[in-house]
Parts: sequence; C-alpha cells; structure tokens
Amino acid sequence: MLNTPTTPGIVAGRLPANILAENFSDLHPPLTAHEALVAADRCYFCYGAPCMEACPTTIDIPLFIRQIATGTPEAAARTIFSQNILGGMCARVCPTETLCEEVCVREVAEGKPVLIGQLQRYATDRLMAAGGHPFARATETGKSVAVVGAGPAGLSCAHRLAMKGHNVTIYDGRAKAGGLNEYGIAAYKSVDGFAQSEVEWLLSIGGITVETGKRLGDGLSLSGLKSGFDAAFLAIGLGGVNALSMDGVNAVDMIADLRQSADRTDLAVGRNVVVIGGGMTAVDAAVQSKLLGADNVTMAYRRDKAAMAASEFEQDLATSRGVRILYNAAPKLVDDGAITLARTETRDGKLLETGEVVELPADQVLWAIGQTLEGAPDGVAVEGGKIVVGDGGRTSVDGVWAGGDCAQGGDDLTVTAVAEGRDAAEDIHAKLA
Amino acid sequence: MADLTSNFIGIKSPNPFWLASAPPTDKEYNVRRAFEAGWGGVVWKTLGEAGPPVVNVNGPRYGAIHGADRRLLGLNNIELITDRPLEVNLREIKSVKRDYPDRAVVVSLMVPCEEDPWKKILPLVEETGADGVELNFGCPHGMAERGMGSAVGQVPEYIEMVTRWCKQFSRMPVIVKLTPNITDIRLPAEAAMRGGADAVSLINTINSITSVNLDLFAPEPMIDGVGAHGGYCGPAVKPIALNMVAEIKRNAATADLPVSGIGGVTTWRDAAEFIALGAGNVQVCTAAMTYGFDVVKEMISGLSQWMDEGGHESVASVVGRAIPNCRDWQDLNLNYVTKALIDQEACIKCGRCYAVCEDTSHQAIFNRIDGVRGFEVNDAECVACNLCVNVCPVEECITMVETPLGEVDPRTGEKVREYANWQTHPNNPGAVKAAE
Ligand SMILES: Cc1cc2nc3c(=O)[nH]c(=O)nc-3n(C[C@H](O)[C@H](O)[C@H](O)COP(=O)(O)OP(=O)(O)OC[C@H]3O[C@@H](n4cnc5c(N)ncnc54)[C@H](O)[C@@H]3O)c2cc1C
Ligand SMILES: Cc1cc2nc3c(=O)[nH]c(=O)nc-3n(C[C@H](O)[C@H](O)[C@H](O)COP(=O)(O)O)c2cc1C
Ligand code: SF4
Ligand code: SF4
Ligand code: SF4
Repeated sequence: MLNTPTTPGIVAGRLPANILAENFSDLHPPLTAHEALVAADRCYFCYGAPCMEACPTTIDIPLFIRQIATGTPEAAARTIFSQNILGGMCARVCPTETLCEEVCVREVAEGKPVLIGQLQRYATDRLMAAGGHPFARATETGKSVAVVGAGPAGLSCAHRLAMKGHNVTIYDGRAKAGGLNEYGIAAYKSVDGFAQSEVEWLLSIGGITVETGKRLGDGLSLSGLKSGFDAAFLAIGLGGVNALSMDGVNAVDMIADLRQSADRTDLAVGRNVVVIGGGMTAVDAAVQSKLLGADNVTMAYRRDKAAMAASEFEQDLATSRGVRILYNAAPKLVDDGAITLARTETRDGKLLETGEVVELPADQVLWAIGQTLEGAPDGVAVEGGKIVVGDGGRTSVDGVWAGGDCAQGGDDLTVTAVAEGRDAAEDIHAKLA
Repeated sequence: MADLTSNFIGIKSPNPFWLASAPPTDKEYNVRRAFEAGWGGVVWKTLGEAGPPVVNVNGPRYGAIHGADRRLLGLNNIELITDRPLEVNLREIKSVKRDYPDRAVVVSLMVPCEEDPWKKILPLVEETGADGVELNFGCPHGMAERGMGSAVGQVPEYIEMVTRWCKQFSRMPVIVKLTPNITDIRLPAEAAMRGGADAVSLINTINSITSVNLDLFAPEPMIDGVGAHGGYCGPAVKPIALNMVAEIKRNAATADLPVSGIGGVTTWRDAAEFIALGAGNVQVCTAAMTYGFDVVKEMISGLSQWMDEGGHESVASVVGRAIPNCRDWQDLNLNYVTKALIDQEACIKCGRCYAVCEDTSHQAIFNRIDGVRGFEVNDAECVACNLCVNVCPVEECITMVETPLGEVDPRTGEKVREYANWQTHPNNPGAVKAAE
C-alpha cells in the first residue's frame, strides 16, 4: 500500500485493510448476556409507557425488556417482530435518541435512558441466530399483491400480507433487495451483511417472490400490475437527488458504492473532503470519508446547529470521529481543488449572507442536500414531492397503496417505513377479505 | 469517636462484629486473616466428636439467588460441620487465641444428644483458652438426619437438657444457637434459658431449595442428578431473623436473655438494626463469603459514624432501643390517618404507582393532571396502604402525610379522632367496652 491519508487527490487505499475493517466495525458492539440483564433491569415497566408511544411501530417495549430480564430473549424477539418485522435493522439504525429513548422516563429523570435499541438488538439477534422463522402463514387466500420496492416499507408490507395468506411479488429495480438498508445505511450500523441476511430471514416465511432488476416505468406499468394482481403497494422510496449546481459527487451514490465494496480498499476518497448538508446522510458521508482515511473532513451546513436535521448524537458521532462541522456556511463555488463558502446568519427568520467568505481545500465535494421522489407512476396523485395517501396508505388510485419515504406522513426513517408498510398490509388485507 | 467495644456475656471484643460459625472460621489461616482485617471475634466452625470426621459432598455445596447484576441476595448450602480432625481444630484454636488475646474466640459444638460426648468434648475446648462455646442446634440439613443440629433445636426439652450438661461440665459461657425452622422461636429460647444458657444466637439457616433445574427436573444445587434441601442465609433472610430476635426480646420470660444477632447482616445498617432490636452483638457469614473479610471495615466505619451522628456513646447504649416500639397489631392506632402525596417535581411519570393502585389496590391515583400524563393521589380513595411508595422507583417521591387530629378524612368524611385501637373498636365482637 502506497497511499496515506495525506496523499494528494482522490485515491483508494489510504488505510490498510485491517484498519479499515476496524473502522467499519459495529458502532455499538452487541450486549453480552450479562450486560443485557443489567440493562434490562433498569426498565421500570412503565404504565402506558412513553417509550412505546414514541416508537413508530409501537413495540411493547416494557414487555420485551421484561422478557429479556427473565431469561427469555426469544419471547422478547417475538414481541418485537409481531409489531416490527425489521426489528433487527431498526435496533441498529433507529435514531433512538429522538424516538423511544428520548422519552424513556429514565432519560428524563437522569439523562440515562434504558438502552432500548441495544436490548432490542440483543433479543432479535438471539432469535435470528437460532434459525427458523417465528411466524407461520395463514391458509392461502388465493389473492395476490404486487409490491414495488424491496426497501423496509415494501418488505414489511409483503411480510404481513404473506402472513395473512396472500401471495406477494416484490419488484425492485436494483440488483439486491433491501432498499436503503442495503445501499444507504452507514456501514458501521449494519455490519457483516446483516441487511441481506435479514431479507433472507424475512422471506423465509414463504409466499413472497422477489424479482430484482425490474423497474416500474421500465417494462412494468401500474396498469399491468393492477390487472395482474388484486392490489399494489408502492414503496419506491426517494430515488432521485436534488440537482447539483456545482462540481462534486452525490453523497448517496458514494455511500451506495461504499456499502457494496467488499473490503473498502478499492474506494477512492479525497485528502480534503467537504460534505455539504446537515442531515443524517451528510453525517454518514462525512464520517465514512474519515473512516476511509481522508485527512480532513468538513461538514458545511448553511444554517446553525439548532436547525440541523442530524441529531445531537449524530453530530457528536461525527466530531468524535474527527469531522469538523462548519455551521452557517453556504457553498458558492467549487474550483480547482477548493471550495468557497459564504458565511450566513439568520435574521428575523431569514437566512442571510454576512459577506464574509471562507475557502477550504477540497479535492472532493460530497453533496447531501436531500433526496427526491422519482418515478411515481402517472395517475397517482403527488403533492409536495410525496405520494398522497389517506388512512391505511390508500393512494388516489383505487387498489393502489403507498408507504415509506415515497409517501406522505411520518419522518423519513426505516422504522416509519416499516410501520407504514405493515399498516398498509392490514388495510389491503381488510379490503381483500 | 463512638465506643465500639463489646462485652457480650463477659466475652470482650474490640467491636461487635463476629464471624459466624461457617467456612470463614473453619481454620487458623482464615481466622488469622479475619482478625487482621478487623473482625472483633469468631465463632469457630462447628466441631464434632473425636474420631473420623464427617465428610462433605464433593459436588456443589452452594446455590444462590441473584439480582440482575449478579448481586447475591440469598445463599443456600448443604455443607456439614467441620470435616477436619478434632485435634487439628483444637490445636489451631489454641494458637490463634494465644496470638489474638483481645479478640473473641468462641467454639461451636455439635455432638450426639447424649451426656457422654458433651462431657468429653467440653474440657478439650476449655483447654484451648477459648472464650466460650456455642451449641449448634440449628444446622437444618445432613446433621439433622443424624439426630443433631436442628433435630435438637426443634425439641425444647433437648435444648434444655444439653444446655444444662454444658453448664454442668464447663465453666465457659454457653451460647445456644437456635434454628428458625420452628413455629414459635420463644419456646426454644425459653428452654435454653431454663437450661442455664448465658445467651442465645439466631438465626441459623432456613430450610430451602434455591431453585429447580428445569431441564433435569432436579433441585439445585444438584449432586449427580439429585439434590437435598439446604439452609438459606444472606440478605434475603434478614427480615425473618429480625423478627425472631424481637420476639425473644419482647417476651417477658426471655427479655433479659442476651442475644447474638445473626442472619443477613451485610452492612453496618443491618447490624445496627439487630442491635436496636436487642442483639448485644452480631454474627456474619454470607457477607464475608460474598465479599471477603474486608467488608468489616465498612461495618466498623458505618456503625461508628451512625453512633457519632446520633450521639450514641456505646453499643450497649443502643441495644434494644427499638423494642418498646415493637407491638402487637391490636395495639396500633386505628385513628391514625395518612395520605400518599406525590412530589410532582420528583415524579418521573413512570406510572407504576397508578398501575398497582388501580389494578391491585384502591383506585386512588389519577393518571391525568389537567388532561396530560401525570400522577396524583385521590385523597377520597387513598387508604394509605403504602404500596405506591414501595413500588415508586424514585426515593422520597411519594410520602405519607399525616392528616392532623380534628381534620376531615375525605375518604370517610369523618374527623380524625384520638388514639383508639382494635381492642376497643365497635366492630370487634370481643371489644373491651369502656365504662359508661
Ligand atoms: C444515507 C442514508 C442514511 C440513512 N440512515 C438512516 C438511519 O441511520 N436510520 C434510519 O432510520 N433511517 C436512515 N435513513 C432513511 C431510511 O433509509 C429510509 O427512510 C428508508 O429506507 C425508507 O424505506 P423505503 O422502503 O420507503 O425506501 P427505500 O429504502 O429507499 O427503498 C426503496 C426501494 O425501491 C426501489 N425502487 C425505487 N424506484 C423503483 C421503481 N421505479 N421500480 C422498482 N423499484 C424501485 C429501490 O431500488 C429501493 O430498493 C437513511 C437514508 C439515507 C439515504
Ligand atoms: C456454608 C455454610 C456453612 C455453615 N455452617 C455452619 C456451621 O457449621 N455451624 C453453624 O452454627 N452455622 C453454620 N452456618 C450458618 C451460619 O453460621 C449463619 O447462622 C447463617 O449463615 C446466617 O447468617 P448470614 O445470613 O450472615 O449468612 C453455615 C452457613 C453457611 C452458608
Ligand atoms: S420508558 Fe424507559 S423505563 Fe419506562 S418502560 Fe420504557 S424503557 Fe422502560
Ligand atoms: S397508599 Fe395505597 S391506596 Fe393510597 S394511593 Fe398509594 S397505593 Fe393507592
Ligand atoms: S411511581 Fe413514582 S415516579 Fe412513577 S409515576 Fe408514580 S409517583 Fe411518579
């Protein structure tokens, strides 16, 4: 290996394979059995537990934690999966600090929540490792449903429908199922190919066919699906990105490449990387650039800290990994290995440039300025960049449901997508009955 | 600095913390280390007759109950008395006592329930220079099957008889160690007193099965696939031991009989509680077997801090101080009214108080305050059972506030009246009627 973090330009192999492997290992190593018992013992088994209300999939958190505490993590996992079939991934990727753990009474009281996410992982890992599938299908109904998109929303919907006895076909334009679980989530949140093994495990319920490399709008049409199936569920996520006005790379593309690389020694990264954006994607791109061996990584966000979409925890994660966060800095020009940013301030609710500028060396500029809906089929009503949905995820077109990032409502999170997929399945089932 | 020295039935020790007769006191090596750590005295592991010693199992002897962080809450054992030859133990006792003249060395004994064996062993113990003997009438497993230990402790006549022999054949102070595996602890204590005992010590271990192996369907600890009941001790048994000590101290016949308090003493506070209920000193086994001998340092510093803070000059001055307040239920004031009060600042809104009051008590807690999640007591329903206080995870968050004399209790609609108990209550068919 010849390159180092200070090698000029955008090059691969800045760090040796063993260091890369270490850098991209589990963000939160799994709890040991004893740690889990101690963590579980901290739960008060609250009445009308606030954590449960804050969980978008409404997992019975006090119950599953008690099941861990009493030495039955498999029962705990069934409690979790009955509400959230991707409880394994959610345990790894949920921003618990803004969901269940934020309202845990022990967070409110002591600033130390019960480790709900890590306990959830403990339980789900146990059950999944034991093999087999915790749910059985109901008698086949003879009905069939098409699901477009094999991300969390699509998978969750398909699983619930299969459980109810329907036959499901999932179409996905990508080569692998999993959606952003496979192509987007930060590598250190989902290690050891977890996204794929989870998909496999989920599909082992039976009754679900996955057809990858098949895109709606490209050989597949909504009218075709409507005539071939009893119902259709759209879960196509946000496949587009806001157009770039300057040079650089889309952060989501960079992350997708990173997720698909076997040992990451083949991934080129700049010596001086600047990430534009203030959300989770920006944090992930910045942190992972640093972990790949970039010498300097700066995240530039045009508003102030309070306005940043990335949680306090995510921001701390970034700075702890050596990322510098520059608030109130808006990109003006990318040119010749450097970026010029205008300093800003917010006055009377308006973002204004102060006139001051900063110039940073930048071999590589990564843009993380938001994803957009792409490929919503004609005829389905779209508003504000999202598919319009009513109760149970019904779209404007009869027999067509939608959920996850592509649809209105909820935050754009894995767990929200799972909840919406599940609820749409229940609604579809009710309609088909 | 408070005076921690102890004089228990004439046996002096620098503090009231003795190690109970058990593995920690089974040999010279241990006892020397214990004395170096600061223990005031020991009761040597129970000795048996001369001749081939008893044998112990070679599989597990202990079973335990744990809290979540492996805190040991209760210990069960199936160990017998010492399995080392009598001569060896006697030689070691002599050597330790010679080197530690200021510490208490009491020797625990268990020989068959006949005059001769007792007559034989007592002079041998006396010869070591030991300060006294403790008669083990408590061991509930193994030895009891052979007619010793608790098999003697459960028959007051035997206790009296053996105690009398010991007083007759020895000039040493005699402590009788009682078994809790009986229905009324006062009877064996009275029997010991009749036999001339200088003191009683209690409790020995409680018959127990720690747990059941659900794969093999056998009790734990398991020896080659089967198990026998053992004796339970440690923090879990303290409340039982405290009550038994209090029973003896409240009983007119035994009120003046010195008591050595044993059973779950783990911290200085436990010790202080036994002493407040009339124990002249305490003995400790499980705490030492859980943490090692250095725990005595915390016991000494804690007891001494508490005594200083309370202005208690000597251990003797606090012995039995809580006994006048230990009463029968029929003496309790039925006109004493309190109401639970939730400190809204301290409340973390877990809702546990609501769940238990609503489901299992008196439906006296509201779970909404002005329409939002919050917990408040409804005085019109609260019977002051204290359950919410016990389950609330925040210390001091719920308190019981007394309704003053003359004020209306919103639950009954009646004014709080002067002291009156069940003995004079109109609902009591056997009530003592006040003279008209
Ligand atoms: C970089 C990044 C990091 C993130 N990190 C987190 C995190 O840590 N925690 C968290 O909770 N959330 C995170 N999110 C958000 C989360 O990944 C999404 O909210 C979630 O994946 C949405 O699920 P979905 O099923 O709606 O869509 P997606 O996961 O996007 O899945 C959509 C699927 O549809 C397929 N598809 C799209 N168009 C078509 C078509 N026309 N025909 C056929 N198939 C199509 C796609 O190939 C894809 O597989 C992150 C997002 C990004 C981009
Ligand atoms: C392993 C073990 C062995 C014991 N052996 C004896 C014994 O030989 N003689 C005796 O009088 N008590 C014996 N006991 C009982 C203890 O002396 C003591 O009475 C009991 O454990 C309660 O005190 P604790 O809660 O501090 O352990 C033994 C206890 C244990 C745990
Ligand atoms: S809020 Fe916290 S303590 Fe209460 S049930 Fe949920 S995890 Fe347990
Ligand atoms: S003291 Fe008992 S009755 Fe009163 S509020 Fe508490 S639990 Fe309910
Ligand atoms: S149990 Fe205590 S902390 Fe919990 S809601 Fe009740 S008063 Fe508040």
